[in-house]
Amino acid sequence: MNILVCISQVPDTTTKVKFTENNTKLDTAGIQWVINPWDELSLTRALEIKEDASSGVSKVSVAHVGPAANEATIRKALAIGADDAYRVDTDARDAYQVAAQLAELVKSESFDVILCGIESSDYNGSNVGGMLAEHLDYTSVSGISHLELREGKAIVTREIDGGKESLGVPLPFVGIVQKGIAKEPRIAAMRGIMMARKKPIQVVGASDTGLLTEVKEFEPPKPRPACKFVDPENPAELIELLQNEAKVI
Amino acid sequence: MSVIVYTENWDGKFKKFTFELASYASGLAEKLGMEVTAVSIGKVEDDELKKLGNYGIRRVLKAENGAVDQFDTKIYSKIIADAAEKENAELIVMANNNAGKAVAPRLSVRLKAGIASAVTDLPESTSPFVIKKRVFSGSAIASIELKTGKKILTLAQNSFDLSENPGDLSIENIEVEGYSSQVEVREVEKQSGKLLLTDAEIVVSGGRGMKSPDNWAPIEELASLLGGATACSRPVSDEGWRPHEEHTGQTGKIIAPNLYFAIGISGATQHLAGISASKIIVAINNDKDAPIFDAAQYGIVGDASKVLPKLLEALRESKSA
Ligand SMILES: Cc1cc2nc3c(=O)[nH]c(=O)nc-3n(C[C@H](O)[C@H](O)[C@H](O)COP(=O)(O)OP(=O)(O)OC[C@H]3O[C@@H](n4cnc5c(N)ncnc54)[C@H](O)[C@@H]3O)c2cc1C
Ligand SMILES: Nc1ncnc2c1ncn2[C@@H]1O[C@H](COP(=O)(O)O)[C@@H](O)[C@H]1O
Repeated sequence: MNILVCISQVPDTTTKVKFTENNTKLDTAGIQWVINPWDELSLTRALEIKEDASSGVSKVSVAHVGPAANEATIRKALAIGADDAYRVDTDARDAYQVAAQLAELVKSESFDVILCGIESSDYNGSNVGGMLAEHLDYTSVSGISHLELREGKAIVTREIDGGKESLGVPLPFVGIVQKGIAKEPRIAAMRGIMMARKKPIQVVGASDTGLLTEVKEFEPPKPRPACKFVDPENPAELIELLQNEAKVI
Repeated sequence: MSVIVYTENWDGKFKKFTFELASYASGLAEKLGMEVTAVSIGKVEDDELKKLGNYGIRRVLKAENGAVDQFDTKIYSKIIADAAEKENAELIVMANNNAGKAVAPRLSVRLKAGIASAVTDLPESTSPFVIKKRVFSGSAIASIELKTGKKILTLAQNSFDLSENPGDLSIENIEVEGYSSQVEVREVEKQSGKLLLTDAEIVVSGGRGMKSPDNWAPIEELASLLGGATACSRPVSDEGWRPHEEHTGQTGKIIAPNLYFAIGISGATQHLAGISASKIIVAINNDKDAPIFDAAQYGIVGDASKVLPKLLEALRESKSA
């Protein structure tokens, strides 16, 4: 069995985001790019599953839709332990387009489990995984916090409001993962980094799928008014302010 | 042309978020000069459905036979897509929550409809259709154009005020046949009756500055006196001091309560990503330079173990007064 982990690259979360061209484009100068945190965790889980021989998984691949400049991010995934990688050679411009490209790739290869993150921390879309599943007409389960492969199917834990449920899902399927899927992301060791240099990245041509959405403009969030400080010896004043000024209690 | 809103239910009941969605969808329909129709899936009594009529909904399509009891993204997106086709819907509104995030993207491909997710407000303009949403985990706002004829919006919870607009409501059945889920439910663990963090209007959250899991009693008492829920920062749930469901932030829950107490929380960007949309933030921290004070409207510089007992005492007094 083969697992495909879809990875997006995002600015490191501590990066101060800035925009150019009249606030229509992200200013990429000085940005430190990282693998989207969820994707790092799903890759970690995929590798754990592969290492358990009883899972029957023989290969973990990663896929990324993006230009050649993003190969450093793909190499990181290979260094963490993915066996090989696919890069669909086009700029990622909206979730629909990315999902359509990934769907083409999945159709031409053979994967039993496809993992996506619950959201990319750049556009916070939460869309690619579900869209990919619909393109493929596969079952999808969103909000997965635990994944196992047993007896030819996936056993997943999914978060529901006020609790969780355990589901058995036939393969192939698209799993959309969130917190809990792996405890800590795996870090690339020196040996992994050396080996990653030799692992293949297959570059796939993009098809023209069109876009459904377009970002027109960015703006900073509304500034918050300065903090009002209350005397620590007199917290009654805080209660007063919350009741009569903010009117929230 | 019409607006459709998917009104999810929880064991046959709606919650405030449902009425926020109804208010939003009717506001949108009014802006566009369209009719608004709700789609309800699963068993909901007519009395409950009628509550939607208080928030501008005049018509409900309900699908409630067997195969829909179990939430299956494939089936739910088919039902909503069919309703949207039948109603000639231009806009489909649903919640940006567990179910909405699972269904909306499938629906988008099915209908070739562009999505704007986690929106908090009505569109800036409707032709072209441009709407704002938070991006980069809250550090910027983007104006997004949906370029398709059909469009999907998922609404963030507690971001849109209820607007009452009572009137009559008609209920029609839609037949859903031939669907069966391939997903097998093995086990369900659910706490009923507990206020969900995502539903709470007041949230009291503790960080590493609380020092030990044994110090959580004042946080719990504050939450309970205020009728709110408890939360925590990531290291606190990683350490096992508090359950994982309580973790807020970029990699935890993203919430927007009316009031958020950050106690012993430094205010890292990843934490703020989950809570910065709160209407009022109160910070209690012994470091006057902690970044949380830049996000807070009210602050107390002091040791939480000394401030909290005094705060609780003052609150109890104000409650009994
Ligand atoms: C990819 C990634 C994702 C992340 N996602 C999240 C996330 O979703 N949510 C999240 O919370 N974090 C997240 N983090 C971690 C985040 O960067 C911070 O490390 C974390 O938020 C810090 O938690 P804290 O404020 O509780 O602890 P600290 O940063 O240690 O802060 C403790 C605070 O308590 C104060 N304090 C100490 N003693 C007292 C006292 N007696 N009384 C009052 N105040 C006191 C200190 O002054 C300090 O400000 C993420 C990190 C990464 C790299
Ligand atoms: N450019 C991309 N290439 C490959 N996978 C992607 C890409 N963008 C998003 N994804 C996947 O989709 C998930 C959710 O992204 P989004 O819908 O953009 O929030 C990510 O966690 C990835 O698994």
